[in-house]
Amino acid sequence: MLAIDPEKCTGCRLCETACSIHHEKTCSPERARIRVTKWENEGIYIPMVCQQCDIPICETVCPMQALRRDTKTGALIIDYKLCVGCKLCMQFCPFGGIGVNEETSKIIKCDLCSGDPVCVKFCKPEALQYLQVIALNLKKRKAAAEKFSKYLKQMLTAL
Amino acid sequence: MVVNRKIAYINLSTGKITQKIVPKTLRTLYLGGRGINMYLLYNHLSPKIDPLSQNNILFVGAGLLGGIPCLGSGRCDIAAKSPLTGAVGDSNIGGFFAPELRFAGFDHLAITGKAEEPVYLLVRNGQVHIREATHLWRKDTFETQTIIREDEDDEDIKSLVIGAAGENLVRFANVRTGRKNSAGRTGLGCVMGSKNLKAIAARGTNPLEFSHPDDLLEYCRQMNDMITSTRWAKAQSRWGTMIIYSNTNTAGLIRTRNFQLNQLEKGQDLEPENIDRYSIGTSGCYGCAVHCRHRYILKSGSFAPLYGEGPEYTSLGAFGTMVDCRKMETILVANHLVNKYGLDTLETGGLIAWAMELYEKGIIDNNMTDGLKLEWGNEEVLYELIRKIAYREGFGDKLANGFREAIDKIGKGSEYYAIQIKGMSNLHSDERPTPSFALGIATSTRGADHLRSRPAIDMYGLPADLLKEIYGGPVAADYNSYDGKSRMVWWQELLYAVTDSLGICKFQTVFCAVHAPQWKEFSRLIQLATDFKFSKDQLMQIGERIYTTERLFNLREGFSRKDDDLPKRYFKEPTPIGLPVARNKVIDREKFSEMLDEYYKLHGWDSMGVPTTKTLKKLALTKKPTNLL
Repeated sequence: MLAIDPEKCTGCRLCETACSIHHEKTCSPERARIRVTKWENEGIYIPMVCQQCDIPICETVCPMQALRRDTKTGALIIDYKLCVGCKLCMQFCPFGGIGVNEETSKIIKCDLCSGDPVCVKFCKPEALQYLQVIALNLKKRKAAAEKFSKYLKQMLTAL
Repeated sequence: MVVNRKIAYINLSTGKITQKIVPKTLRTLYLGGRGINMYLLYNHLSPKIDPLSQNNILFVGAGLLGGIPCLGSGRCDIAAKSPLTGAVGDSNIGGFFAPELRFAGFDHLAITGKAEEPVYLLVRNGQVHIREATHLWRKDTFETQTIIREDEDDEDIKSLVIGAAGENLVRFANVRTGRKNSAGRTGLGCVMGSKNLKAIAARGTNPLEFSHPDDLLEYCRQMNDMITSTRWAKAQSRWGTMIIYSNTNTAGLIRTRNFQLNQLEKGQDLEPENIDRYSIGTSGCYGCAVHCRHRYILKSGSFAPLYGEGPEYTSLGAFGTMVDCRKMETILVANHLVNKYGLDTLETGGLIAWAMELYEKGIIDNNMTDGLKLEWGNEEVLYELIRKIAYREGFGDKLANGFREAIDKIGKGSEYYAIQIKGMSNLHSDERPTPSFALGIATSTRGADHLRSRPAIDMYGLPADLLKEIYGGPVAADYNSYDGKSRMVWWQELLYAVTDSLGICKFQTVFCAVHAPQWKEFSRLIQLATDFKFSKDQLMQIGERIYTTERLFNLREGFSRKDDDLPKRYFKEPTPIGLPVARNKVIDREKFSEMLDEYYKLHGWDSMGVPTTKTLKKLALTKKPTNLL
């Protein structure tokens, strides 16, 4: 899965730029599948992208059944032969994970670049990583445990 | 992408706005960004105008490679005749403005005249609108950006703004965007203020098209790998430019107490690691894999709670070593204040440090300073003086026009203590042990300044044959030496001129890292993005053309060889402390003069620093001001 760690994001928007060049052959953040949402005055940056949900609302609401899951990567892919551009998926997605190319009216969303996401290759601070779900869980667990271990050490030295 | 971006001419007196395509011929001669701005500055400004008059033109330019996914390609170049120096006014700013300007359909703006009431410009999808800005006047640089976004109901707007300093025509007021980025030098915020122009906002959805998008994407990825694999970028990613302090203060290369010492003793709290006490992470400009600034929070003290970004190495000097303040917290507060008011950190710190030395020497006293005791290390006085400068109150008003006027007003031999060149303050670096750096600040076309040429790799003691390979001629490895250093400065001037014209960050070329992208890589990036083909020699010639155009502008304004000089103290007072390589050093007047001769020769200028006819011919600069655009 495409794992996001907002604490590491520096807000440089390389992910957006690389994504749009890869998919649209032009540099246009509007047409990127991933966008960095910013609270500039507080210094908070959060990359937002399709979460490839297990129970995908976009798939549920699509009247044309134009969304299907790529069995290899787990990504939800739009079948443009079926898509009529009604934008129901966009309206119902709770993450803003689905966009539209205003010029062509084409619905756009992250397809995980067939299992080799370009955004990840451009994210030097590793705020974006492409991991197995289990590996992500392990990482999170370890990071949390490290925090606990710090407190424990502090307590021990205090004694 | 190259052929369809425009320039907009905006006359604020008449409200007339015209648009033109930037012609291809101009691209092949000057690329974009700083290059085209310098062409416009030289060719569109009448000689000897008052920089604060309606006739001054503010130029805003995105780089030729602005928007590509690597090397911090979001740099924007701003230019005008400098109200601080009367020479080339030019300053480069990062952040996210330049790509947004390109998305809005423009690469360049040329703003002339003066609005009757405060206004801001909104550049959006092919159109330029002049908007009323009375409600923005007196708002600080952060508030202004937020209000514009609210007014236009668009969070993605990026703005270049001025604060109190620009409104009050402080001659070194800067232009700001985002939380941290500043076009700091030469007083371009003052030019905006003189035009009643509070802000320039941009927003666009026009995609940038590249000639070879897939190959460009892959090559950009390699460029990011290339820069982030250097030790310099790794250190910068972690600590920002503050990392330089660790080396320079240890060696004794930092101006302390204005220019009395070259090392801050007991300056441990200013070591870059200490930012960790306040940092919540780093932040990057558009397209930057290095992310060299910290996002910091001050939770206690009279200015808390405070969120800021930075600080740069320059602020460690400006509000640390030069004024002998030794607390990281002082730097963070002062950095925040100058950002809020829109003041150049370097000029502000340089002037205050000078005033403190004058106070110590008894040249000025409490009567002059409104009762403020300008004692070394007094941070409350530092904060108060920053505010007074921004609002032109009392003694602050005396400093607000920069060194030249302050020297005239104060007199009494105060000039000797001023560390300035062509009317502009120097960085807090002490160049007495490093002749290459000294030559660079003396020859810079915008006054004392390190970013026109700094050959920082001179500090590394690299093998002479490697230096020869980089610089194309013999250069001594020893940084105390004068041999070949003119070549270093000349070469770096050309490289930085091209870097600024491409819209790439200087820290992502040969600045502190030898193995960073330079001519060859630039050539490839340009070709993949635009299909323009330039060899290394051709790019160097473009750099030469840009630098020589700047030189021609300054010559026309009355500057000459006599102005390519250092403050007298560099030749008279030896550095008192530091490591043996940095201690007891002065600049040798004769050797300096020889370096300058060599430097002029490398540029193809005569012994007075005037470009020869042959050079002008080679650079296609023989015609008097032309109108390619």
